[in-house]
Amino acid sequence: MGKIIVLLFGSFLVYCTLDFPDWGDPGSPASTHVSPYYIEQTLEDTSVPNIVTAVLADYRGYDTMFETIVIFTAVAACFLLLRKIKSDEPETRMYRHIPTGTTFRIKKGGRYPRESVDFERIDLQWVPYGVVIKTTCRLIIPFIQIFALYVIAHGHHSPGGGFQGGVILGASVIVYAISSNLRSSLNRFGERIAVLLCTLGVFLYAATGGLCLLLGANYLDYSALAPIFGVDPVTARSHGILMVEIGVGMAVMAAMISLYYNLSSGGKFDEGL
Amino acid sequence: MMWVIEMIVLIMVVITAIGAITVKDLLGAAILFGAYSFMLCLLWAIMGAVDVAFTEASVGAGISTVLFVAAVFRTSRRTRD
Repeated sequence: MGKIIVLLFGSFLVYCTLDFPDWGDPGSPASTHVSPYYIEQTLEDTSVPNIVTAVLADYRGYDTMFETIVIFTAVAACFLLLRKIKSDEPETRMYRHIPTGTTFRIKKGGRYPRESVDFERIDLQWVPYGVVIKTTCRLIIPFIQIFALYVIAHGHHSPGGGFQGGVILGASVIVYAISSNLRSSLNRFGERIAVLLCTLGVFLYAATGGLCLLLGANYLDYSALAPIFGVDPVTARSHGILMVEIGVGMAVMAAMISLYYNLSSGGKFDEGL
Repeated sequence: MMWVIEMIVLIMVVITAIGAITVKDLLGAAILFGAYSFMLCLLWAIMGAVDVAFTEASVGAGISTVLFVAAVFRTSRRTRD
């Protein structure tokens, strides 16, 4: 029964696609009314050569703002569903003595070695660090991060923007977490910082809009920011787009890292992938 | 010549999509889904939507595969149905 409904509905949808305009059809409504305006006016209005960025962050600014809020909501939902606030003591802990390479299993209630350079805590299913993996990741992570910053900052002129750059920036931290372990990644980029940056990114976007409102223009109309940046209104729109993109990048980066931490450790932030 | 490449990529999209929902091993399904995203990214790049292709490559093929693998790591590897 279910298969018949799916087949009927699917064939109906495929039948409906016959009414779509052809790909790249110059006579379709989208190509006759909407697109020509953006193609002709974007450079004059906003001085941004990449039309996609201008449409996403300026003309359709509300859409992107609420997209960012959706990502923030996903992080909040994942946090509320998975995070275990009360950390129950694990049954056994494993420690490794670095100079000799011996591992210790310490039962619950036993004495843990104090924080020292000789001992490090390891996961229960610990596998010896691969030299190739660790060295490769240590080499490529800085380049991944520089590329991510380039994608965010150069979104005005080339494909990319806050969303993609933020994802790549988050991926660099996740690569570090996979190549070493979750604990050392949490030491470098903590959970609090991740959640704080996610909130701060969304706030930066909304605050840019609010600033325009305070300066007497419409919400997210960046041309009102001209006196602050000290440039003409057209260039101010370009700068406003950059501010918004930085906010999106921060929010997305922190969201991806926070999601990964929650999912890979099951909300315990103790042992992970 | 271009349409041959397009056709091959399109067929790969369909094959990986069907594979991702029929495979019993969830880790394999996650990897197949990543391959599906990558093929879709190629298709968008061919059509000239470079921004969308970039997003698909970073989000679809990159991060969501990692998140799926992390979720499989914390739950079970086989489906019940």
